[in-house]
Amino acid sequence: MSPTKKLAATAAFLASVLVAVPWAIAATGRNDLYYTLTSVALLSIASAGVWLTFYIGRINIGQGAYALIGGYTSAILVVDYGVSFWLTLPIAGLFCAAASVLIGLPILRLRGVYFAMVTLVLTEVARLLALALPITHGASGMVSIPAPGAIRLFGVTLVPDFATLQNPRLAFYIVSVVLMALCYAGLYRLVHSRMGRLCLSLQQNEELASSIGVNIAWLRVVAYAISSFLGGIGGAMFAAIAQSIYPSSFTVTDSVNFMLNCFLGGLGYVFGPMIGTFVLYFGWDFLFQTGEYQLLIYSSLLIALMLFLPNGLLSLRPAAKKRG
Amino acid sequence: MEQVFANGLYLGAQYALIALGLTLIFALMNVLNFAHGQMYVLGGFITYTVYARLGLPFVVALFASGVTLATVGALIEKFLFRPVIRRSVREESTMLLAAAIAFLLDALILLLFGEKQRGVPKIVKGVFTSDALIMPYDRILVGILAIAFIAAFVLFMQYSKPGRAMRALAQDRVAAQLMGVRVDRYSMIGFALGAMLAGVVGGLLVAITGISSGIGGPISIKAFMMVMIGGAGVVGGAIAGGFILGMLESVGLSALHDYGDITYLVIFAALMVFLSLRPNGLMGKPWG
Repeated sequence: MSPTKKLAATAAFLASVLVAVPWAIAATGRNDLYYTLTSVALLSIASAGVWLTFYIGRINIGQGAYALIGGYTSAILVVDYGVSFWLTLPIAGLFCAAASVLIGLPILRLRGVYFAMVTLVLTEVARLLALALPITHGASGMVSIPAPGAIRLFGVTLVPDFATLQNPRLAFYIVSVVLMALCYAGLYRLVHSRMGRLCLSLQQNEELASSIGVNIAWLRVVAYAISSFLGGIGGAMFAAIAQSIYPSSFTVTDSVNFMLNCFLGGLGYVFGPMIGTFVLYFGWDFLFQTGEYQLLIYSSLLIALMLFLPNGLLSLRPAAKKRG
Repeated sequence: MEQVFANGLYLGAQYALIALGLTLIFALMNVLNFAHGQMYVLGGFITYTVYARLGLPFVVALFASGVTLATVGALIEKFLFRPVIRRSVREESTMLLAAAIAFLLDALILLLFGEKQRGVPKIVKGVFTSDALIMPYDRILVGILAIAFIAAFVLFMQYSKPGRAMRALAQDRVAAQLMGVRVDRYSMIGFALGAMLAGVVGGLLVAITGISSGIGGPISIKAFMMVMIGGAGVVGGAIAGGFILGMLESVGLSALHDYGDITYLVIFAALMVFLSLRPNGLMGKPWG
């Protein structure tokens, strides 16, 4: 794609999510869609992190742990220390990144199924920690977290206080979508940079990459840290929107879902996790009408998708191109 | 002390049997069977139905669980895993499939058997008591049965023709194929056998702890841990992992009793440290 085309595509995407979607929602009066779309945006941020670990050839089922850590970091700072939410958002991300460096250094030596299983256990560890630590208030969780306050720079209000807004849902939606756009723009840039190529070499053959001078240990820790940073941001934002966080806010199921989002969209495509999250979340919501058969139909569809489209939804596109 | 030890041994025998099925499937097909816990639950419910509802003998119920799960496993391998493995670019795709199958089984179990916790009448009455040890007879029986199953499985893998074929497959798929092992057939048998083991343990344990539809996921996680401790894809490792986890759980529950519900937290933390020192588990091949 040429730079102008890229720019046009980005502008079109931003215009549709920031202008067209709110307009359509206002026109139809489906205000509940804001919450769904916000969730999709945030979950797709966390899924983008998982996708990055897939990109270096690791199966990550531990994103729920970082989302939980991020959510708690932000919530504790806001509630117990009175820090502004907007400040806690990057702090939560950085805290997760720091934690993931400590955890990642030993476990990133593992590969394949071993890494997958350890990260799965990690999600469980995070949940149990949240239950056991005194600072997280145990099983009752943290509730009624205040809404994000205003950002003022030199007396100019850049972001209004969310508590005073008439429609905080719209505000949360805008913030989440902007975050998501930033995240995917960054991810796209990363994948198409020198480091992205190096990550790809890791995915294909670590020994070979190492033998030609790629610092694989450093690279995979950095990739894992970025991945966890995204998880933390997503979790922190989620806690702010739900205004609560519990040890069960992000469980093994969520971790598995993050992974499924990536698979479904296609592991070979940067925007795969975004599409995957969107389809999975809306599919699940849509199937709610089927009542007790919801899970049955949902899982059958997943299996069917896997049988007929084993390389993700986005793999449809290049195939169509080849034929044409 | 003896009590703790006996409890650990009893738990370990159950766990080892669960881990054996998981590790067998992994060794043969390089598939991490997320649905293993759900297969266990399904087995438990089938035993419950046959034994408690239809009133047939426990052995028959156990047999029904094993056969049903073996059939389910074989069908899943033939119609789901085989085509996906053949066609996908990346082998991780099987994980999505396995997760989806776990969801599917969860949904089916919920629809067929409901969400209630189910138990069955005791299979043997009475409690064994001595100075140091108190153990209900049914637990002893189930423990012995589990150990018998483990022994039978090991012997089967070691000396029977399908067992030899499956070990060859686990060692090197291509080489096994070149030696004339029918890879597809033995993959299917292996998957069926793994699923059968899960179902049999479910059937055994329904007699002690009962069964409910939500415990599939946690059981899978425990099974993963055992396999990690022992090393993925190794029969001896799965047995060792099962007994170690059972023992840790039993010791932890009695030793850490005063600090609240942190046994599993401690086990997880220890596992992380252990794996960073020995990434392949006790007996695993390098890099699984």
